[in-house]
Amino acid sequence: MKRVAIVGYAQHPILKNAGALNEVELIMPVVHQLFNDLGISQKDIDFTCSGSCDYLQGAAFAFVEGLSAIQTNPPIKESHVEMDAAWAMYESMLKIQMGDAETALIYGFGKSSPGDLDAIISLQMDPYYISPLWPDRVSLAALQARVLLDQNIITPEQMLATVIEARANSKNNKNALITDLIDESDYLNNAMVSSPLNKLDCPPISDGSSAMIIASEEKAYKFTDHPIWIEGIDHRIESSNLGSRNLATSNTLQVSMNQLNLKNIKFDVAELHTQFSHELPFLKSLLNLQDVPTNLSGGPLVGNVMMCAGLDAIGKTYESLKENQFTHGLAHATSGPCLQHNMLVHLEAQK
Amino acid sequence: MSAEDTPKDYSESPINLEYFYTAGSATTRFLNQVKEGNIVGQGCPKCKAVYVPPRGSCPRCGVATDIEVPLIDKGCIESFTVVHIPIPGNPIVPPYVCAMIRLDGANISFLHLIQDVDIENIRIGMRIQAVWKPKEEWTHSLENIKWFAPIDEPDVDVATLRFQES
Ligand SMILES: [Zn+2]
Repeated sequence: MKRVAIVGYAQHPILKNAGALNEVELIMPVVHQLFNDLGISQKDIDFTCSGSCDYLQGAAFAFVEGLSAIQTNPPIKESHVEMDAAWAMYESMLKIQMGDAETALIYGFGKSSPGDLDAIISLQMDPYYISPLWPDRVSLAALQARVLLDQNIITPEQMLATVIEARANSKNNKNALITDLIDESDYLNNAMVSSPLNKLDCPPISDGSSAMIIASEEKAYKFTDHPIWIEGIDHRIESSNLGSRNLATSNTLQVSMNQLNLKNIKFDVAELHTQFSHELPFLKSLLNLQDVPTNLSGGPLVGNVMMCAGLDAIGKTYESLKENQFTHGLAHATSGPCLQHNMLVHLEAQK
Repeated sequence: MSAEDTPKDYSESPINLEYFYTAGSATTRFLNQVKEGNIVGQGCPKCKAVYVPPRGSCPRCGVATDIEVPLIDKGCIESFTVVHIPIPGNPIVPPYVCAMIRLDGANISFLHLIQDVDIENIRIGMRIQAVWKPKEEWTHSLENIKWFAPIDEPDVDVATLRFQES
């Protein structure tokens, strides 16, 4: 494998409602910030890849309009995933491995405020048997939370602690949307949205964008003195048929962990794309991260830009390694209902 | 066999999603001017290309188009097509002409109707001008212009309209 590093990451402040700002106006500032920070331009980028979901905008091929945010003349090599931009990073990684590019710009964007996110997300389900039932995202998450609680894999106290801690950690994240602290009684006084999940167990409706630049070893040091290396990356998906999954574990994540040889690595920090409070203790135990500081950024519970939050977990891990002189970081991105599709990224600072 | 026992070959699952659409801050500036009967394009600070209607960025340069460029409502037909097929809900009776309108001073064109002329006389490069609705009916829409109609000026060679980078 060719060595590839993250050399820069920028995130738009997460907004509850970006209002009059359209997607292009959200993307442009983060791409410009990234270029300015590194002193480069689009001409230094071999491959550009974005992640977004046209259903969020309610317009076919809306992602093409997103390209207006970046310089496309002279013509550029470009691609898009109808997924979280973490998978745009994965595609860019492959592009570099194949020798088609040495550098890549990745950006993700999403506005959840204009539409009905519950209805939109249910359309990502199997279109024959599940989507016609319009299952909303919170009810689906609640299914898994109930399984985990009933089997004593997690406890209600862990869910409470996750919510309180996420808000406390938001102080580390200048772009967080939710920053007010809460205590146990605030939590317990919130009505259930879909039992066992109350409003505070769920991520906020969020608008925003993020961008990242990765580069081969050859180019990385031209951009920065402190590249953070992508030592391992793996993604796997469970069945789209909810009834055939065991929601109490994730066989595919186990395979990814073995693939990346995670048990031999002492992680200093982890950022997990855990959108609902029960998912954090569940994944921490599955990934053996009990003693690892996790979601120091507050994670998706303090700001959850659809199609960005996975890339943000990778970006926040990158920032954490850089700022704290940590060595090993683990980032996780997810897609689909009940942690159906998961990506693990092992990042390492140069020793 | 009762009705409930009859196997179903299909079931309908209509999808209806509602959105609160936002034009973006740049297009909002444009539409506010259109409401007053003004066409104000936006220019790129780098390559000087003028966009109407503006979407807030120059995709050639990847920068915001923050220069306001007032334009007149005259231009030429860059391309056109004759529509023969009726579209459900569309009040216009075919055949009619849709054209790409290139306003004077703009570097992109937009789609609008051509009327007040025999279809067989319409040609690429023909000079045209906007025919506006009565002022009381103006709103935040290019539909304030009913259509474009030919004016008595010599045709333009559209090849000369190609954007030249300065
Ligand atoms: Zn330009």
